[in-house]
Amino acid sequence: MIRRLVRALDQRSGSAPFIRKTLRYLFPDHWSFLLGEVALYAFVILVATGVYLTLFYTDGTTDVVYHGSYVPLQGQHMTEAYRSVVNISFSVKAGLLIRQTHHWAADVFVAAITLHMLRVFFTGAYRKPRELTYWLGLTMLLAALLEGYLGYSLADDLLSGMGLAIGNAVALSIPFVGANLGALIWGGPFPGKHEFFARMYVAHVFLLPVLIATLLAVHLLLVALRHHTQFKRGPRETERKIVGVPTFPGQTPRSLGLFFAVAGVLFLLGGLAQINPIWLWGPFHTFSSTNGAQPDWYLGWLIGALRLVPSFDLVIGGYTLVPNPFWGGAAFPLIVFTFLYLWPWLERRWSGDDAFHNLLDRPRDAPGRTAIGVGFFTWVFLVFVAGSADRIDVLFNISYTSQIWAYRVAALAAPPITAFIAYRVCRELQAGEIVERERTRAEREAVAARRGAETA
Amino acid sequence: MARARPKDVLVAALTLLAARLQPGRRRRRMRELTVPAGPPSPGAELLVLGLLAAATICAVAFIVVYALDRLPRQTQLLGLSIGLAFLCIAAAFVVAAKRLVVSEQNEDDYPAEEHPEEQETIGEVVEDSGSRLTRKRLLTLGAAAAGGSLGLALITPAVSLGPVFDTSSFYGTPWRRGRRLVDENGRPYHASEIEESALYTAFPQGADREELGSSVVLVRLPPAALDLPHANAGYAADGIVAYSKICTHAGCAISLYRTPLFPPASPGPPALVCPCHYSTFDPATAGTVLFGPAGRKLPMLPLLIDGRGDLRAAGNFDEPVGPSWWGVRLRGPNP
Amino acid sequence: MTRGALRTRIRMMLRRRGAIGGAKQGRRERQYWPEVLARPRTPPRVAERGPGAQRLILIRVLGAAAAAAALLVPSAGAAPPGDVARGKHLYGEYCIACHGAAGSGVTHPPSARIGAAPGRAQTQQRRLAPSLRGVGALAADFYLRTGYMPLSRIGIQPRRSRVLFSEAQIRALVAYVASLGPGPPIPRPQPQRGSLSEGLRLFTDHCAGCHQVVAEGGYVTGAVAPPLEQATPTQIAQAVRIGPYVMPTFSRQAISDRRLDSIIAYVQYAKHPDDRGGWALGHIGPVPEGLVAWLIATAALVAVCVVIGERVRRGEG
Repeated sequence: MIRRLVRALDQRSGSAPFIRKTLRYLFPDHWSFLLGEVALYAFVILVATGVYLTLFYTDGTTDVVYHGSYVPLQGQHMTEAYRSVVNISFSVKAGLLIRQTHHWAADVFVAAITLHMLRVFFTGAYRKPRELTYWLGLTMLLAALLEGYLGYSLADDLLSGMGLAIGNAVALSIPFVGANLGALIWGGPFPGKHEFFARMYVAHVFLLPVLIATLLAVHLLLVALRHHTQFKRGPRETERKIVGVPTFPGQTPRSLGLFFAVAGVLFLLGGLAQINPIWLWGPFHTFSSTNGAQPDWYLGWLIGALRLVPSFDLVIGGYTLVPNPFWGGAAFPLIVFTFLYLWPWLERRWSGDDAFHNLLDRPRDAPGRTAIGVGFFTWVFLVFVAGSADRIDVLFNISYTSQIWAYRVAALAAPPITAFIAYRVCRELQAGEIVERERTRAEREAVAARRGAETA
Repeated sequence: MARARPKDVLVAALTLLAARLQPGRRRRRMRELTVPAGPPSPGAELLVLGLLAAATICAVAFIVVYALDRLPRQTQLLGLSIGLAFLCIAAAFVVAAKRLVVSEQNEDDYPAEEHPEEQETIGEVVEDSGSRLTRKRLLTLGAAAAGGSLGLALITPAVSLGPVFDTSSFYGTPWRRGRRLVDENGRPYHASEIEESALYTAFPQGADREELGSSVVLVRLPPAALDLPHANAGYAADGIVAYSKICTHAGCAISLYRTPLFPPASPGPPALVCPCHYSTFDPATAGTVLFGPAGRKLPMLPLLIDGRGDLRAAGNFDEPVGPSWWGVRLRGPNP
Repeated sequence: MTRGALRTRIRMMLRRRGAIGGAKQGRRERQYWPEVLARPRTPPRVAERGPGAQRLILIRVLGAAAAAAALLVPSAGAAPPGDVARGKHLYGEYCIACHGAAGSGVTHPPSARIGAAPGRAQTQQRRLAPSLRGVGALAADFYLRTGYMPLSRIGIQPRRSRVLFSEAQIRALVAYVASLGPGPPIPRPQPQRGSLSEGLRLFTDHCAGCHQVVAEGGYVTGAVAPPLEQATPTQIAQAVRIGPYVMPTFSRQAISDRRLDSIIAYVQYAKHPDDRGGWALGHIGPVPEGLVAWLIATAALVAVCVVIGERVRRGEG
């Protein structure tokens, strides 16, 4: 039966050689190589649940009065967009499940990309010839961050509305062009024209998913063209020879299993764990706010940065060159992503290593890279954690103002320390391995010598 | 370790097979399979069957729960059923991958690092195919000019998205001298109803409340506590001061008012605080920043009390409202 | 102040307290003013003709004050005199050190430079506390029942904590503090009369900035607005009227009793809001959501990857 199908296909497309190559393509074995797939499957769930949501959501900003089933909102003024999301959550059967699964999938999507990127970084998989693949991945990460931000802002609830105001302020803070850029995107000063929500909607539902899907396709194509990288487990793996499990029959059930596991975990969370209960927050108004408003986790590093920067606008004459939010909201992510984009080139300059690499390093095999990576990550992580210092104060009674000062100092002082520690640990592990190798060799020689002495 | 490379044998076998296979004819003789058969595992098969059965039950349960509707914890039951269905199938696949499917550790070559001949051919074709041209650079310049300006022209309609070159709307607020201050229900604020240690939100009568320049916060301070700078000398009305409700840091609404009940043991003077990044402003000194990242003081609205005792604006804010941008200190808000 | 103006002022005060009726009655009173002046009347409205207008004013003021004081006693009935006495005794044990005799308060801590080193001052118990005269049963009841008072250390924010006193002791202390000066009685809010949707709107406008929109608490520069899970309706009403520590004070004019009922109804709802989405994660949004996304979902999926990616053993190759 399969043969008949393949024959029909080959006669019409000539693709049998391609299919055969694909079926026997080799996947090297390591659990950390599956992290990218987790992100991929989360994206599939996002698109599937997202399409469902578009069938019920409306991006209208007309003011309406709520007369639905949720009592605390009855009689309240809100936009059509907010009401449609409340509707999805309360009136559409399984609507809340799909909505929550979609949101959990977004959180897990970015988490998986982050883990995948860390794996790629610390094993040197971005090196020649895979720099393009790496840059495509970074661009997808950027697109995913923006996509998530726009997605949860579409609900027009109090929390996400405050987040949009902050995003607008960051846009405004860009030197020379800030206000113009903000006016362009929003159609004027915040909260902008009614069309702004339509623009967000189109960007979130079409433009960015198409972008991510295209980049993803090219990313996977490049991976396949150059083949996967691999760890050197034994003598068989070399820079020339790849060892792994073929697509069919070995890898297929594993990948499918992972897909269903991702789907299962996401749907379980979507049903069992409440996320973004917008009916509790209420609709957004520019004159309303709530304590404890936070962005989704993947933007937490930005709120931390915004809170840590001390109070100053850079003013020259009467010209406000750099308003305060620029440093935390724009300069900080710019520095982080510039570093990530430039890293392959930087490493090539510093190490002088311009060769092809199909074999991966274990983190300990590249102490310099690991140290710099750990230090950089420490910096970003501390800024990220600073973003929830106020909730820490509410929960544990540790002064917020003291925390801010502590984080300011730690964010600068801790990275060199952790980088140094990482470097030393790598070196120690390497030294330990050399010792181990020497010891086994000496033992083997001793055994051989003893055996030789016995036979003699 | 010398080992017969299964791959070589298989490739040879396949080649022979391909040469002998005719379309339409099926060979039923025993031959060497590409993927050699592995030992059977009935226990694993049973396990997979069990998992698939569980998945079936869970998926059906989802449909039933959906149809029943209005169950308590409806969303939880839906998520549990479909989630478990997915997980059971996932487990079935994983068991299959480990115990039922033949797992190979094959070897293959990495593709060639590069193809120098093809690179050379491409370079030669592209570069030298313009060998008829005598004014190559000029033509290139012309192409660049045409292409570049066409690209620019195609991007130009993006300017219609918003007033890119006109930022005057950033300075506009609905406040004018004589505009009444009203509460969220449109009722005018009477000066006598503003009490100390309380925060009030006010809007210009008849204006769009969502506009950033609309919302103000009102507080009354004891006259002795007021310490307004010279520029804001007449801004208070009977100790009542009004500030823009929109934080100058990142645009959130200032809805916190820290007002000590017992000043000798308090963390600070009365202050307006923004909940986003905790920028703290002093209402007694025309909105100066006490704490937090805001780089600009809070814009202050001058007040007057009319004949009836209602609060009215005595003019526009002393500074443009909202988060800062390059022109925020170049001039005051639109009069 | 003229007699007429004083009379108007007293009448407004009594009307606010609910002691007398509306404008109609006032008009009648005005009509009979000369007769009232001439005729002796039963206390407290005795309008005796004294030797001078000032004595008359004084008597009217005192009489009005006495009437007001009589009406300010908790509606459950005037505190038995035994309570006040016992309360005074308890006050002397637990409160007088900071709040001073008869609730006078201490606003300038006495310089406690007893001893050689300047650091000594910190080891002395600083006496710093507001006056309790006129705070009424409302405040005393609030601070004692929540455990805000006694404060474990001067200068820290009063927080809900151990309640040191028994029910009878609290009643006694409340009665004593109420007796120190005219102040508001313990409120009796009626949240069942309030509207949940009006409550959400009012709570968002006035309270969510500090207490967070689902009353999970929040940070204000230098202080913490506590979560309201344990607050009883009476305590909510009391806190709104007092404005403890750095909280604003909302009088009846700013938030009427009916609106306060709605706010309290909403806070009661916020203790167990509609969590149809599942595990509520504390109702504070993305921070715990992110923790769950990482520590539960991503961790589980990494575990799945580890299981799936387990190296195929050579023998099967």
